[in-house]
Amino acid sequence: MNKSLKTLTAGLLRENPTFVLVLGMCPTLATTTSAINGMSMGLATAFVLICSNIVISLLKNLIPDKVRIPAFIVVIASFVTVVQLVMQAYLPPLYDSLGLFIPLIVVNCIVLGRAEAFAAKNNVWYSALDGLGMGLGFTCSLTVLGALREILGTGHVFAHGEFAGFALFPENYGMLLFVLAPGAFIALAYLMAIVGKLKGEK
Amino acid sequence: MAYFLIFISAIFVNNIVFSQFLGICPFLGVSKKIDTAIGMGAAVTFVLTLATIVTYLLQKFLLVPFGLKFLQTILFILVIAALVQMIEIVLKKVSPALYQALGVFLPLITTNCCILGVAILVADGTNKLPAGADHNLLTGTLFAFATAIGFAMALVIFAGIREQLELQNVPKAMKGTPIALLTAGLLAMAFMGFSGVV
Repeated sequence: MNKSLKTLTAGLLRENPTFVLVLGMCPTLATTTSAINGMSMGLATAFVLICSNIVISLLKNLIPDKVRIPAFIVVIASFVTVVQLVMQAYLPPLYDSLGLFIPLIVVNCIVLGRAEAFAAKNNVWYSALDGLGMGLGFTCSLTVLGALREILGTGHVFAHGEFAGFALFPENYGMLLFVLAPGAFIALAYLMAIVGKLKGEK
Repeated sequence: MAYFLIFISAIFVNNIVFSQFLGICPFLGVSKKIDTAIGMGAAVTFVLTLATIVTYLLQKFLLVPFGLKFLQTILFILVIAALVQMIEIVLKKVSPALYQALGVFLPLITTNCCILGVAILVADGTNKLPAGADHNLLTGTLFAFATAIGFAMALVIFAGIREQLELQNVPKAMKGTPIALLTAGLLAMAFMGFSGVV
């Protein structure tokens, strides 16, 4: 039980994929223009991560060591295609705003990294928990970064579709820079420094 | 003239790292020294151009006519992985000197998202081209090559700044990745100055 809990919580702060392991930077920076976009990207990645971790840990004894990376990639790519088709069918506006970054989950280092470092060595139960923990950690960091950028840039948060979001200050005072490309780098830099500081003090 | 504009657009205006956010992992990972940055840039240029041509042809003559577009992600990533392996083997045999220079970077390239990203953009015809240019194999290839040059340039500029940054007295919490990201943010701001040129 203790190990289960430890595996599950590792991804949230101690080994947070974004702020501590610094993996999967491309979707982190590109899709966090708003909190909702960041959260959807995080959830899509989490789904792929959990499924691929489960399947890979079931297949780990069947896959020859020499071709394991291509085999892992095929498993991951299959689940990414599932996400892609489901989103295209049921959430077309979201699919359009995340665009290219949905198929690019295949090359997200977190997914392949966890397959190689964890799922290939542990049993199904722990691999699923690891996928869940890492996926949630990634989702949380993306949501936080997205919310921060949305607040600083536009003054409201969690806006999507018709819903204008919770307004914190008038839009005229927003710094548009934070929604654009440079803001992603700058916001992530400061968040990472804060998380590093909190971690160091424990 | 249109072909020249493709270069300006892909290298400066829509720089792959600073405005498209592709290839950030190698951008942060192998940018500690200028030498390795040049090696990585060259390897990416080589693979990206070849991979785009191959995937474009596959999309046009295999996936679209047979209605197999849903296999795009799986097929492209496998083709890119195989292509990288093949380039490695061929280079080892044909040009040991070039292999020495690019060898260590080649395996890393398979999981570089700018390769798959650009391949998908060009194959789907959704890459940003200047007005007046059509989406075809020639412009796609030029776009891929120019994008790769843009990536290499960003990597080398960033590596140069990071070499200087090593000597500076950075606040403890900002050391390492945070200060690198902040630098990248300032560079991205500089590149924003190009927007609207093409």
